[in-house]
Amino acid sequence: MNFEIAKDPINVQAVIDKVIQREAGAITTFIGTVREWTKGKKTVYLVYEAYEPMAVKKLEQIGTEIQERWSGAQVAITHRVGKLDITDIAVVIAVSTPHRNDAYEANRYAIERIKEIVPIWKKEHWEDGEEWIGNQLETVPYPTGKPEEKDFHE
Amino acid sequence: MNKLLFFAHLRDEAGHESVEIDAAGKTVAELKQMVAEKYGVQKLDSSMTAINEEFSSNEEVIKEGDTIAFIPPVSGG
Repeated sequence: MNFEIAKDPINVQAVIDKVIQREAGAITTFIGTVREWTKGKKTVYLVYEAYEPMAVKKLEQIGTEIQERWSGAQVAITHRVGKLDITDIAVVIAVSTPHRNDAYEANRYAIERIKEIVPIWKKEHWEDGEEWIGNQLETVPYPTGKPEEKDFHE
Repeated sequence: MNKLLFFAHLRDEAGHESVEIDAAGKTVAELKQMVAEKYGVQKLDSSMTAINEEFSSNEEVIKEGDTIAFIPPVSGG
């Protein structure tokens, strides 16, 4: 189970342990945390929600994409759902590869793809209100009804 | 019958997490129009759609028993 949606706090080491391999010369980890201030607004807490079975499938797809692009890569991703407080860990991505440059690149690829194709939503709770993020500004149109195939740009 | 799933702000707008509806034979675009009218959901145009947990285009035709999820722009990570 390298790709998980978790309701409880994420154990970072447990995610890293899943990608340990004798062939690896590097493991990179990305730890996404809950930030207090965004553009002058103070977040009190967040709630993450997932379409869980599809989210797991899409995380698995990201793992497959990485293995196709970066030879010998092992990937593990856990994303948390539910109520998260400031500084809590929302997502942990671990990637191991034979050489370090690939581990950095592949890990960056994973978080960017999560933000494109994994059905997880964040609701910001501020002192004076709340809002589902990713919808109100309508900055992400989907003219064909699904995400476009596109290359990863760093 | 078909199961429709609403998430995030779409669920708030629709007032339902899921509903049962007969959508077989309709395209995704036709279903979106129908749902927008029936449940008063405004932002389906900027939502993606998944049929049986896989992204689908607006042209895809829905089959009996399919589960259709409306996926607002995602904000994980």
